[in-house]
Amino acid sequence: MQAANANGAETGPTDEYVTVYVADTLFGLAIERVHDVFVPSGVTPVPLAPSEIVGLLNLRGRVVTAVCLRRRLGLPDAVAQDDKASPKMAIGLEQTGETFALVVDGVGEVLKLGADSREAVPINLDPRWRNLATCVHRLDGRLLVILDVDALLGFSAAGAKAA
Amino acid sequence: MDDLLREFLTESGEHLDTVDAELVRFEQDPNNQTILRNIFRLVHTIKGTCGFLGLPRLEALAHAAETLMGRFRDGLPATSESVTVILSTLDRLKAILADLEATGTEPAGSDDDLISELERMATAEPAATPAPAPEPVLPEPVSRELKPGEVSLDDLEAAFLAAPGPSEADFAAPVAAPVEAPKAEAPKTESPKAAAPKPATPRAEAAEVDSTKAEPAGDAEAVVATETTATGSKIQTIRVNVDTLEHLMTMVSELVLTRNQLLEIARRHEDSSYKVPLQRLSHVTAELQEGVMKTRMQPIGSAWQKLPRVVRDLSAELGKQIDLVMVGAETELDRQVLEVIKDPLTHMVRNSADHGLESTAGRVAAGKPARGTIRLAAYHEGGTITIEIADDGKGLDLAAIRKKAVERGLAAQADVERMTDAQVAKFIFDAGFSTAAAVTSVSGRGVGMDVVKTNIETIGGIIDIATTAGRGTTFTIKIPLTLAIVAALIVRAGEHRFALPQVAVLELVRVDAGAQRVERINGSPVLRLRERLLPIVSLTGLLGQSDGQGAETEQAGFVVVAQVGRERFGILVDEVFHTEEIVVKPMSAKLRHIPMFAGNTILGDGAVVLIVDPNGVARQVAQGIQGSNSHADADAESEAAEMGDAKTTLLVFKGGQGSFKAVPLSLVTRLEEIECDKVEWLGGRPLIQYRGRLMPLVPADSAITIRSEGTQALVVFSDGERAMGLVVDEIVDIVEERLDIEIAADRSDLIGSAVLRGRATDIINIAHFLPLAYDDWARGPKKAEQVSTLLLVDDSAFFRDMLSPVLKAAGYQVVTAASAEAALTILQSDVRIEVVVTDLEMPGRSGFDLVAAMRSAEPRLAGLPVIGLTGTVGADAVERARALAISDLVAKFDRSGLIAALAEISATNVSQAA
Repeated sequence: MQAANANGAETGPTDEYVTVYVADTLFGLAIERVHDVFVPSGVTPVPLAPSEIVGLLNLRGRVVTAVCLRRRLGLPDAVAQDDKASPKMAIGLEQTGETFALVVDGVGEVLKLGADSREAVPINLDPRWRNLATCVHRLDGRLLVILDVDALLGFSAAGAKAA
Repeated sequence: MDDLLREFLTESGEHLDTVDAELVRFEQDPNNQTILRNIFRLVHTIKGTCGFLGLPRLEALAHAAETLMGRFRDGLPATSESVTVILSTLDRLKAILADLEATGTEPAGSDDDLISELERMATAEPAATPAPAPEPVLPEPVSRELKPGEVSLDDLEAAFLAAPGPSEADFAAPVAAPVEAPKAEAPKTESPKAAAPKPATPRAEAAEVDSTKAEPAGDAEAVVATETTATGSKIQTIRVNVDTLEHLMTMVSELVLTRNQLLEIARRHEDSSYKVPLQRLSHVTAELQEGVMKTRMQPIGSAWQKLPRVVRDLSAELGKQIDLVMVGAETELDRQVLEVIKDPLTHMVRNSADHGLESTAGRVAAGKPARGTIRLAAYHEGGTITIEIADDGKGLDLAAIRKKAVERGLAAQADVERMTDAQVAKFIFDAGFSTAAAVTSVSGRGVGMDVVKTNIETIGGIIDIATTAGRGTTFTIKIPLTLAIVAALIVRAGEHRFALPQVAVLELVRVDAGAQRVERINGSPVLRLRERLLPIVSLTGLLGQSDGQGAETEQAGFVVVAQVGRERFGILVDEVFHTEEIVVKPMSAKLRHIPMFAGNTILGDGAVVLIVDPNGVARQVAQGIQGSNSHADADAESEAAEMGDAKTTLLVFKGGQGSFKAVPLSLVTRLEEIECDKVEWLGGRPLIQYRGRLMPLVPADSAITIRSEGTQALVVFSDGERAMGLVVDEIVDIVEERLDIEIAADRSDLIGSAVLRGRATDIINIAHFLPLAYDDWARGPKKAEQVSTLLLVDDSAFFRDMLSPVLKAAGYQVVTAASAEAALTILQSDVRIEVVVTDLEMPGRSGFDLVAAMRSAEPRLAGLPVIGLTGTVGADAVERARALAISDLVAKFDRSGLIAALAEISATNVSQAA
């Protein structure tokens, strides 16, 4: 528990998270890291790129690298419900001066959460998930997995091509 | 650090660079008061500012230098010795400034050595007037002096009095227009205000350097040139942070894109009421873009600034008399481009001085002027800038280069003799082609020109050589003006659009199933273009988008004929749209490793497209794609790279009792130097945390122990996600040699030994070390060539590379394939192959599938002996192998087992033949 909390911000009484969902899981992203929420469109795929990267898109005149949260978490791509497989929502994140779009299935509300509902990342989680999550919050009826934005965007260029 | 200090640092740095250059000129032209005045003024400014900022050490040094220069001004002859002392004083000043920049305070230390030397020189020789007197202490407050380039009226007055009068101008008249001189007199008398402010700041300093361009021959001309600058019109400048400019540039780029989008919309609507304002917006944007682009431009002279000093030092060091002539220093180019060519230019000038020019005695003997000349010239030509570096030395020794090229296996003797001189000269750009050995033997640097060439090519430039024996060598560099905006051809390949930079595009050819048809040689597409054969790559294939449908897409489409360096090739695309000026945006750090793309951009319709890097494609064409040796120009080097006995690049290191060992560089992932305290021991095995993983360490020799303190050199090998660190004593060198291995005695850790650079060197067998790190590291294929030729099939490039030397050492010719499909293609076309060694566990079609396909094919293939490589020899594998008549199953790391199996097969073949 201590180890898991080390990354989470525990100084303030409450932290705010933007919630997003992928498959059936609810994830939280620290609100101070979120710059934008938008509907991604016109994604240009990049051949030979790591599989996590779905492509590049034009966000108000800036070229943004779109990273698929599903693929990052090792989940299968969403079954194309409408014939366009184009993702529904994207979260604009910034890391080392570059802008990334995290493609998710949907965006929920912003939650204010205190330390009382926080739990360490369960140790039986898939290692891939464990590396990306900082902690878990117990909400009414469901769990919220808090993601570490830096870890999320910290995949190496050459890695995981096979996925 | 406060702003004032930062400003002072930037400014002083610039001043010192100028003084460096000016002093060298002054040394050659000691009577030129204008130069001296300029130097004096700059040093004085530095001194004044130092006093103001409370920097006593700098002030004392600057003061001593100023005193000596004051004496020059009063007529003390400037000797080479005294100039040297001043130059070293400047170096000391720079060192102190660097410290100041790093720490914010003036470093402790004493400069008494220099100061006393300067003082000794200032007082030693007799002079007309006493030294201290002429030092005009400027009446204005020192803070005024902060503005670079300002000079007191008194100083100017004194300078004009001291400056040679009209007679000088008359003398110079035929050479250059002295119109500026009278003008200078006029404002001085009429309006002091106009005369005082002088060109300043970087732009102006560049202009001062410009003046050197005009001094090829006589003193007189140089004087006039300087005079012109000194009295040049008032240039108003301000200093702007580069980040601000970059940001402005980005915003303008976005404005351009938005405008393009608007225009696109307007085109689709009939309503013309907003067309006029839109037109206006369009014009304003274009002008704005141009204006901002200009701010990024810098005169090339700023990259040349250090060269006079470099040449002077070299001239002393080499004992040659060298003149450096610079023409066109005002030619402007993009800051970014300038940064990239700065070092290559310095390197080339050094080379010219070092190798190009003969010794003074040699020149005299050859009936040339004793002083050698290096001429730098820059000028605009279309959308590019051309830079020439010419020397009047002896020219390249083409015969020696031809000989060397043959020796190094870059080309065959016959080819070399057929080549034109220009083609031969280009060999000096080959990596490891030591110009020192080939041309002169002054310095032994083996690297150099290849780096220069690479640097220039990364910014889309080209470099050319013209050389005449006994007359000199001229290097011509052509580079684009800017990297930020390029003209690009928009094409479609598969479902997506791509941008191809127009500089690389020579022409477009439409191909279809009819007359202009893409033909195939052993699966490699080629095109007949005006009686020559052009290798073709399909863009979709290159980007891994299509494999199976490659054949159909070649039926119709366009071939973009491109040229990169000496390589000429065609890129097959499905459709060509139009050309567009695109703003190049860099690739994300996550995508930068993909060599195919140079960046991305947003088109007028808002879509993001990727910019294809012609250099990346060229590399892929040259080395890629198995068996594509149908190169139109038949460049010997690319052929050599494919032949079995080609040179291998080897990493040489010291491992164990000072012996030299080597490993093929292609196997090495990285070289690392780690802190010894990072090494951890788990279960008695050393490990380090490396890029977020644990990496086992294995000593390259039993005699090596991992150091306990200091740093430890590692050679990192990796395959997929696994990595291993080979512990070595010291990394020595990288050599490119024809690998002639003598098989080693019975040691599994060595493949054998070879002579590299005259030293007996053990070639280590990585296959021995990998299982030490990971017990199960055995996924890769082994290659074996037998009898004469053998086909090695494995999906892992790592294992292909690893086994090739082993098999070659055992006397086989090796052909490799990365997949079952590729293997079948090769088998069908190459009749030399007598044995197949294949990995049985490959993704997609496995080795078993491959053998099954062979067995059901034509009799020649069906009868070929096959050796299977496998990580684990299980009962069912043995069963399947027997069913497919696989001659032998060998464990992946069993080097001797593989060679024994091959030997057995060849033995059977021989007995059958007999």
